Amino acid sequence: MTALLAASPLAQPFFQHALLAGSAIAAACGLVGCFLVLRAQVFTGDALSHVAFTGAMAALAFGYDLRLGLFAATVAIALLFGTLGRRARPDDVVIGSIFSWILGLGAFFVTLYTTSRSTANGTAGVSVLFGSIFGISAGQATAAALVALGVCLLVLLIARPLLFATLDEAVAAARGVPVRLLGYSFLALAGVSAAEATQAVGSLLLLGLLAAPAGAAIRLTDRPYRALALSAALAVLEMWAGLLASSALPKMPPSFAIMAAATTVYAATFLIRRPAARTPTPALAGA
Amino acid sequence: MLLADTAAPAWSWNLIGDFQQMWSFPFMVNAFRAGAIVAVVSAVVGWFVVLRRQTFAAHTVSAVAFPGAAGAVLLGVSAVYGYFALCVAAALVIAALRGSGSGDHEEAALTGTVQAFLLASGFLFTALYKGLLEGPQTILFGTFLGITSTQVTVLTGVGIGVLAVLALMGRPLLFASVDPQVAAGRGVPVRALSVLFLVLLGAATAEASQITGTLLVFALMVIPAATAQTLTARPALSLALAVLLALAATWLGLTAAYYSPYPLGFFVTSFAFAGYVIARGAHALYAIRGRIRPSLSVKEITA
Repeated sequence: MTALLAASPLAQPFFQHALLAGSAIAAACGLVGCFLVLRAQVFTGDALSHVAFTGAMAALAFGYDLRLGLFAATVAIALLFGTLGRRARPDDVVIGSIFSWILGLGAFFVTLYTTSRSTANGTAGVSVLFGSIFGISAGQATAAALVALGVCLLVLLIARPLLFATLDEAVAAARGVPVRLLGYSFLALAGVSAAEATQAVGSLLLLGLLAAPAGAAIRLTDRPYRALALSAALAVLEMWAGLLASSALPKMPPSFAIMAAATTVYAATFLIRRPAARTPTPALAGA
Repeated sequence: MLLADTAAPAWSWNLIGDFQQMWSFPFMVNAFRAGAIVAVVSAVVGWFVVLRRQTFAAHTVSAVAFPGAAGAVLLGVSAVYGYFALCVAAALVIAALRGSGSGDHEEAALTGTVQAFLLASGFLFTALYKGLLEGPQTILFGTFLGITSTQVTVLTGVGIGVLAVLALMGRPLLFASVDPQVAAGRGVPVRALSVLFLVLLGAATAEASQITGTLLVFALMVIPAATAQTLTARPALSLALAVLLALAATWLGLTAAYYSPYPLGFFVTSFAFAGYVIARGAHALYAIRGRIRPSLSVKEITA
């Protein structure tokens, strides 16, 4: 990290890995986040990001690969949230209760990991919480990019019926759209992208990548498909801006730079335009 | 730390002896005192949080305690100021955004962005301040060792203040939470109450998270209140039940944490969550037997 000032950052392999993994992850988070915001499930995304921490720590404590814990825990809890809620949309209080317990479990696994394994890396907890995108190896970057691209493709594949089910659930159900199944599939995809993004920005900050680009996109346009595309594009651009900024200023952690870029863009949308109609109306479903 | 000196305490099943031994350490007595204050204040504030479905806001307010503490340490001032400044500021930001007339989904996106950005700032502060003694994990997950008597006094003072204000605004707030439209129609200042409540939430969180870590405050706010509101529909009874449950979870958790190497946060959240699961299970059984209980109703409050 300290050798960052050398020549051009773009030439450094760790920067290229970060760029590859980061762009794919940002695109996936932008797409998933847009639906999270439209479906008013941001809190679910927040809870999933905390689950990611506990999952990663549990895997480390039992001696497995960190990523195994990330994916298993986030997808399992996402589906659990689905079954708890009516039509796969859980209540805030239920989420709050479950995820504060899960964070408690996370604290337990951190202690278990740092006390039971003499070779344990004491800062593993911190890097899961806050991410370490500049520490990604070539193999990890490729894997992350492939998974993230898979998430993007699946989201685009179910985008149309999911949008319909999101904006007008009752009518969608009446027309034979499998609302429940879509709800579950979407939660599973949200779980996968939460697990994926944890490696880049960390479980505590991942919410920013899910909420900020989507929030900005929805402020800028009332048309759902445009919002989807805009959200993904903004997320990728913010990721690039953050990576470049933190390679220019080595004291600034990349996760902070990415969050700062995302927050700035979101704040800027409040200055640019204040559209009259704020909530997407059912009529938009046909757009 | 201190626990190492006690040569691994063991639970002997001689209850009186065990408690005498545990309470012979001033830090444990202080931890029990602080735990009691935090549990009562969090449970009462949290009861309204659950009733108003503001769990996400409560989580955001408790999460920003982390950048507050880290920023204050970086600036060289006492962490106490950081906690109060940022928790109350975040509460005010959320309150301001709530009233801006935007839709539900946009409010959530805003709250999430505020939370993530402030947490990221906390990470920046800790990265800039290399010598931060405890590191992020202690701020996030808390420690019950080394609570001073001065801290207990401050906790008591702020706690009494929060509870007093809440007692004064309790009835109209209850009305405004259960049915905002009718309350507004009858001349209750719904918006002012909502802002004031968020500020109280910020103050309660700030004081509690200094002792218990940001994670534990949130658990104590949401889980006991959710359990109590599952069990009974009567406001006064469920409020008292929430306080009792929070106290029980905190003290049981402290005892368990004292006798084991694992963190306090894990035990407190686990005991509280076990109570919640049992309550939901009992409620589900009632529902199956056809004796479903209604949730809090407007009638009882306005009557």
